[in-house]
Amino acid sequence: MTATATARRLRRRLRRLEPAAISGVMSRDVTNFLTYWKATTFSSVLDPTIYLLAFGLGLGTIIAAVEGMEYVQYVGTGMVATAILFSSAFSAMYGVFIKHRFQRTYDAILAAPVDVEELVTAEVAWLGLRAGVYGVTPLLVTMIFGLDPAPGMLLVPFIGAVTAFGFAGFGVFAAAAVSKIDHFNYIQSALLTPLFLVSGTFFPIDQLPQGAQIASNFNPLYHCVELVRHAVFGFESSDFFHIGVLTVFALVMWRLAIWRMEKRLIE
Amino acid sequence: MPQLTFSDACVTAPADLSSWGQMPGPLAIRLRGVTKRFGEITAVDALDLDVPEGTCVGLLGPNGAGKSTTMKMLTAQAMADAGEIQVLGFDVPRDSKQARALCGVTPQLDNLDVELTARQNLAVFARLYRVPRHDRHAAVDRALEIANLVERADTPVDKLSGGMRRRLLIARALVHRPRLLLLDEPTVGLDPQVRQELWALIDALRSEGTSILMSTHYIEEAERLADTVSIMASGRVVALGRPAELVREHAGAQTLEVYGPPARLVEVREAAEAAGHRVRQTGTAVAILRAENANGTLPEGISRAATLEDVFVLLTGEEIE
Repeated sequence: MTATATARRLRRRLRRLEPAAISGVMSRDVTNFLTYWKATTFSSVLDPTIYLLAFGLGLGTIIAAVEGMEYVQYVGTGMVATAILFSSAFSAMYGVFIKHRFQRTYDAILAAPVDVEELVTAEVAWLGLRAGVYGVTPLLVTMIFGLDPAPGMLLVPFIGAVTAFGFAGFGVFAAAAVSKIDHFNYIQSALLTPLFLVSGTFFPIDQLPQGAQIASNFNPLYHCVELVRHAVFGFESSDFFHIGVLTVFALVMWRLAIWRMEKRLIE
Repeated sequence: MPQLTFSDACVTAPADLSSWGQMPGPLAIRLRGVTKRFGEITAVDALDLDVPEGTCVGLLGPNGAGKSTTMKMLTAQAMADAGEIQVLGFDVPRDSKQARALCGVTPQLDNLDVELTARQNLAVFARLYRVPRHDRHAAVDRALEIANLVERADTPVDKLSGGMRRRLLIARALVHRPRLLLLDEPTVGLDPQVRQELWALIDALRSEGTSILMSTHYIEEAERLADTVSIMASGRVVALGRPAELVREHAGAQTLEVYGPPARLVEVREAAEAAGHRVRQTGTAVAILRAENANGTLPEGISRAATLEDVFVLLTGEEIE
């Protein structure tokens, strides 16, 4: 075979966003995950259990019901969004920063036939899938506290994956944007903590001043919380709006992450 | 003459390339006028560089000469501000992905996945380099053999020695049988035994027909492995040729090293320069080049064959930046 024939064959084959490149990068993530999945699973089960014990049994004695739900079930369903946020945004921020700047993993991957667009897509897709699966654990724990199973729950991993895709994209963007790992503290305290507290996880948004209620429409986590509760207790027509917002959020964050990583990775 | 019995006897002298130069043949790498600036600093300055297919070219230069930046531009991990880059006939960056599929890269810094085993590291890169599914297992086994790590295949990388990790890093770049290998400082920080082992490996690859571009600041490494050497300084190639030719052309045959107290060395240096010799400081001595032309006018000293190191220091300067 001549070099030009090989060249022609390759030119036709190699394009943008190739499944082979994306699955190759994800296979690396999966292989690594298999070395630490026990620790991840441990904390993803224990965290919601502790929260539910504290809020459900502690606060639950003062607050009997919220929006017609037992408080423990209200918090339990809301915590799906919290689990997704932590599993996606934080893993993306720290994981990507460490892989890029300390381990130099991305230098090796980009020397292979993988573009930044494929690399970022694979990282975000992997974290989205993982968080979608782990997002279910608070729901399972809440069942122990008396939540009845419902068919809509089967959609929770998909809602979780879309939300996590967006937050993982945000995390990758943040990892590319900051110059030092300590700067994640700003993002965590000024952005992620408020997002997670004012999302309807622990208390209903409609008790807040009107300005905060309007602002919460820009909080993807709020839409995730609403969708998950409706998946468990019954869907409403507003859910089309919620899933629309989450989809737009995921797409915008995905492209922003690619754009910022290209600036960071290609000199 | 005592016979040399180094363990690196398998590192052969570069093959005779007498046809090289007259018949350029196809080029694995072709750079023309390549320039890369970082703000005010010009890291690579109108660089021309050829790597003929099947040869090993050494890119020799002090730190900051632009070697690593040049390497990064070949895989489109740095974008040139000007000039043309072709790798295995593909235009870079336009068709860089196609070129990368046929290249192997060994970076200067170890970036293996330390939690994974040697085999897992290779398996991931076999996928990334698009080795077809049914060939992957054999490709990984072959790479383990190249790295001499068959026995340690299932050991996590963080339990491997420095030399084993470096061999694995090179084997990772070979898992898809690349036509071109880019080695960025392949033996930096390794002890002499490991270095010689890697030299034998690189030499074997070249003799199988893999084209190699190797950046290094170890002169002995370039001298032993490279068919031709490009000496870089401040982002440009300042000399190009086979190691022995470069020595003959720039440093002559004999170098005289004169030892003594610092004041004496200053005197010797001034006298030699006045007599028209090129002189360089070699730590504790003054080295007078082309001592064979001196006709007995030089002071007492130890005469030795001129080396590539003499050429390197002459051309890239004695000052440390």
